[in-house]
Amino acid sequence: MKLLKNLLKSPMFVIGTSLFSLVLFAAFIVPWFYDITTLQRVGDSYGAPTAQYLLGLDHLGRDYIVLLLRGLRSSLYVGLLAGVIATVLGTLIGLIAGFKGGIVDDVLSALTNLFVVIPQLVLLILISASIGDTGRSLTLIAVIIGLTGWTWSARSVRAQSSAIKSKDHISLARLNGDGGLRILLIHILPYLFSYVFMVFIILISAGILSESAISMIGLGPVDTQSLGTILNDAKNNGALSDGYWWAFLPATGIIISIALSLYLINTSMDGVFNPRMRK
Amino acid sequence: MLNKYPTLKFISTRAGWYFITLIVAITLNFTLPRLGPNNPVDIIMGQVGAGLSTAEAQQREERYLREFGLVKMRGGEIVRDADGRPVQASILEQYGSYLKMLMKGDLGTSYRTSEPVWDVILRAIPWTLALQIPTILLGWLVGNLFGAFAAYRRGIFDKALFPVALFLNSFPFFVFGMLLVYVLSFLIPLFPSAGGYDLALTPQFSFSFIASAAYHYVLPFLSIFLIGVGGGAIGMRTMGIYELGTDYIKYAKWLGLKESKVLLYVFRNAMLPQITGLALSLGTMVGGALITEMIFSYPGLGMAMLSAIQNQDYAIIQGVTLIITISVLIANFSVDMFIAFFDPRVKAGIQMGRG
Repeated sequence: MKLLKNLLKSPMFVIGTSLFSLVLFAAFIVPWFYDITTLQRVGDSYGAPTAQYLLGLDHLGRDYIVLLLRGLRSSLYVGLLAGVIATVLGTLIGLIAGFKGGIVDDVLSALTNLFVVIPQLVLLILISASIGDTGRSLTLIAVIIGLTGWTWSARSVRAQSSAIKSKDHISLARLNGDGGLRILLIHILPYLFSYVFMVFIILISAGILSESAISMIGLGPVDTQSLGTILNDAKNNGALSDGYWWAFLPATGIIISIALSLYLINTSMDGVFNPRMRK
Repeated sequence: MLNKYPTLKFISTRAGWYFITLIVAITLNFTLPRLGPNNPVDIIMGQVGAGLSTAEAQQREERYLREFGLVKMRGGEIVRDADGRPVQASILEQYGSYLKMLMKGDLGTSYRTSEPVWDVILRAIPWTLALQIPTILLGWLVGNLFGAFAAYRRGIFDKALFPVALFLNSFPFFVFGMLLVYVLSFLIPLFPSAGGYDLALTPQFSFSFIASAAYHYVLPFLSIFLIGVGGGAIGMRTMGIYELGTDYIKYAKWLGLKESKVLLYVFRNAMLPQITGLALSLGTMVGGALITEMIFSYPGLGMAMLSAIQNQDYAIIQGVTLIITISVLIANFSVDMFIAFFDPRVKAGIQMGRG
């Protein structure tokens, strides 16, 4: 409770959560009032915004609001799925490496250090390109992003858990006869909870950005729209050079809002958990 | 054996690790494209089947199969089954010939244009290097200076700079590039929106060409540089605030050392972890910068890769991804070495055999 109070004192946290709530509102409440189930041609290619279609039409004459809402939902889904996979993998690997030490640590850290220097984009491109245009679903892309995005979090969780390992209460638990798994779950993980949560937030954001990046290259999902595929279509159909602002400004605005709000939430939490950052 | 020479031991251990990483990267580069249904072997095999009608097409296809070691060979001839179709080599044999090719520095030829992949890469790589090295380093450096200053001064300067840095840092590269094109190329037509130089000119060492290249350089430069400034500033500010709270700085202040001297200590101590940070984020930075190239149709590796992806030209995709990975590994290794020799804390660790 006190934590929440402290968080609410931080303007960054308030702005971040408000902005993110707004994003969630658009994704999950607005579709109750605005029909996004049908996506079809309703006017000219790149028709300008009108009172009926507030954000104009895309290159195929489809309503941008429908596209954006669908895209936003896909992007949030990718972010959540990729974020969960990467956080679980990274936390597990980091926890075990930091706690076990010795050969287990050596092997897991070596694995982490190997993959941390291989650019994620390279792996994403190689895998996505091999899947081809028929099987590249949104879920598959999220899974791939999750499976390639854990390295950084494993590294930092490892550092944290190996620092906690030498604390007194762990020795006490050992003396008490607690097993390794019990110590890990009950005596170490809770200490890292706030940290892991912050990692999770960053990984959601990273997942959403990775999806848009890979979609921008033309390796995006083929089964649905995402914010990245909307931007890719805009780029490929010359919306940028012809100045059809409604083709890319709203989508970029949404991506920036998501990234910025999650980043603000993360930074403000960092400030509350590390008091020296306040002032 | 090397225990007497801790520095040498450190360097060789690190080099060994990077070598293993390189092998893993090469293996992934070979395996990943073959995982999915869209794998290059099938595509080429399909092309062979479809192209059998003309002798010329068959010849070309055969060269690919031979070159990439995709099919079984006996006495310099491709082994064929009863229907005359080439017999596919096992995955291990293919991997062997892939390694053999790489060893010779051969990246193969484009599936589409029959141009050697090296030529495509050599044409693109100067542009990528010229764009990425200065932008990433300068952005990082300028960001660090701002960050150190903000940490030290706090107050108004910090309050103004920090939100701007936060805002910049949360911009994905490609989004920022698109916005820059829209504002500085379309709304206010100051700079060209695409390309690396005026296409009417041919690349050469002439004033008009260099001027045109510089003119086209501005927007891609800005879009990578500014994001780097944001990231560097935030990291350095955090490190700086941390260092300012440490005992040695308090002690230095009590001693009445000059402000500039104290700031120098802070900067020096906070800088080195930032270099590690740069090394860690290098992969992401390079990836982002490659996508920026695609936005600007900049004639570098990013663009080469984009067109290869659109053409399903795996030889080029694999060649480019490999070169990118190797470059990032080399850069990381250099940063590792740099830190080892310039961070007294790490250096002392090495000397005591804890490297």
